[in-house]
Amino acid sequence: MSKILIVAEHAEGKLNAGIAKTVSAAKGVGGEIHIAVFAADAAGVAGQAAKLDGVAKVLTINNAANANPVAAILAPQVAEVAKGYSHVFFPGTTFGKDLAPRVAAKLDVQQISDVMATHGPTSFERPIYAGNAITTVEAPAGTVVATVRLASFQPVGASSTAAVEAVSVSAALPSHTRYVKLEAQKSERPDLQSASRVVSGGRALGSSENFKVIYAFADKIGAGVGASRAAVDSGYVPNDMQVGQTGKIIAPELYFAIGISGAIQHLAGIKDARTIVAINKDPEAPIFEVADIGLVGDLFQLVPELTQKV
Amino acid sequence: MKALVSVKRVVDYNVRIQVKSDGSGVVTDGVKHSMNPFDEIAMEEAVRLREKGKVTEIIAITIGGAKNEETLRTALAFGADRAIHVKDEGEVQPLTAAKALAAAMKKEGAQLFLCGKQAIDDDANQTGQMVASLLDIAQATFASKVEVDGNKAVVTREIDSGLETLEVDLPAVITTDLRLNEPRYLKLPDIMKAKKKPIETVSFGDLGVTPAAGVKTVKTVPPPSRSKGVMVKTVDELVAALKTKGLL
Repeated sequence: MSKILIVAEHAEGKLNAGIAKTVSAAKGVGGEIHIAVFAADAAGVAGQAAKLDGVAKVLTINNAANANPVAAILAPQVAEVAKGYSHVFFPGTTFGKDLAPRVAAKLDVQQISDVMATHGPTSFERPIYAGNAITTVEAPAGTVVATVRLASFQPVGASSTAAVEAVSVSAALPSHTRYVKLEAQKSERPDLQSASRVVSGGRALGSSENFKVIYAFADKIGAGVGASRAAVDSGYVPNDMQVGQTGKIIAPELYFAIGISGAIQHLAGIKDARTIVAINKDPEAPIFEVADIGLVGDLFQLVPELTQKV
Repeated sequence: MKALVSVKRVVDYNVRIQVKSDGSGVVTDGVKHSMNPFDEIAMEEAVRLREKGKVTEIIAITIGGAKNEETLRTALAFGADRAIHVKDEGEVQPLTAAKALAAAMKKEGAQLFLCGKQAIDDDANQTGQMVASLLDIAQATFASKVEVDGNKAVVTREIDSGLETLEVDLPAVITTDLRLNEPRYLKLPDIMKAKKKPIETVSFGDLGVTPAAGVKTVKTVPPPSRSKGVMVKTVDELVAALKTKGLL
């Protein structure tokens, strides 16, 4: 039977919401699912992980060196804990993408990135070419190391009580990498990656000042705010708001693309949105080819009107 | 200080990807190819580090068939001093690539390994991290700012929650993200000069690498298409349509 280890991502004592989705992906493998929490003090996060439905056990690895998630420091520990597991899964976040290959190389196996469907222990679907093609792949013999494309999975519930077990790890940790700081972009709005509604603005907004029409509308409907690469590159909004192939890949219930033409790079980030609404003054904009509902016109008139009427 | 920059030949980012109807893969024959855009950023960064006097020699490296020489010529036009072509006509997966690149790092005694955070064909986002892991050296992925100072580098990384800063000892692997720099436009004299720069050809065997067991692609299909939507004429119609769908 498969034994699946999921490496928990967490920050400030909170388990990342993507772990509940990673568990969902692991369920498709079939087998026993464990979550490993590497932290300075893992107790709080482990408690949250233990609630996730389908998880049999939570392992805690306490070490002051794990206070911040540094891949070079975590990898030898993960590789050691991974012994005895058939699968090691990571969320497909920057945390998982940074760490997983470092672990895979230590285990001398190829890695499967961005798993979007699991069909048993060795068969997976994953996107290539920014989601313009979907491949079905078969993992070779050995430990299966994979990252999970979070937009493709629904989170499991949190009504269980798995056992929590402390594990000690003897791996030597490197000193060549030092964590300096994190400049977190704080926002009062819902998190872009987990929000059920997202409103994004594009180049047509024209300035950072004009983005206020997007914020006002988003706040009215309780949505997260995103942007196209064009808007980010023009300096209207910070990097972490970018939605697309090279930014965040999201799957909200409702997505508004406002003043966004719909470059391939942007569409790659919103393919899994349930309903896409596009507002653009150019009726030929490619965004209308993927939109469920389209409205042609001047966003500076339409969006304030929409804000008033919802 | 030597910098090794790995560059990959991929289907050009402007090409509309077509999946073969027999499910055997993506159409690549007769399609425009170019250097992976993230690798261009890595090349540009290496050249800027040399301009600042931090790097003395830039070696571009690629793995693949004969056509990959074009990509190395592009790297040489960017300003690489010389290039290494690890020639292999088969499909090369990240772990095997990383083993060859790690071997080249050792052979050259390079202090810096630069590559794009991912290639836009397989979107694996693995090779740089694997090189660092195999060599047991530091890694700083998704870099948006790089400062090299003596035998250290301070790297700002674009991560989901914001900008993270790491300090790493050299040798180190740095993988480059979109906002690190804007690659220069290649000028004709540089392209001409690149034709005369040396390219050394080696095999996996020369580097002491045995290709690792690979992930097997069983089939390739186009993504599910979205059904055609509706156009509305007014905000009122839009609000009504959203209400009908139960979204407001």
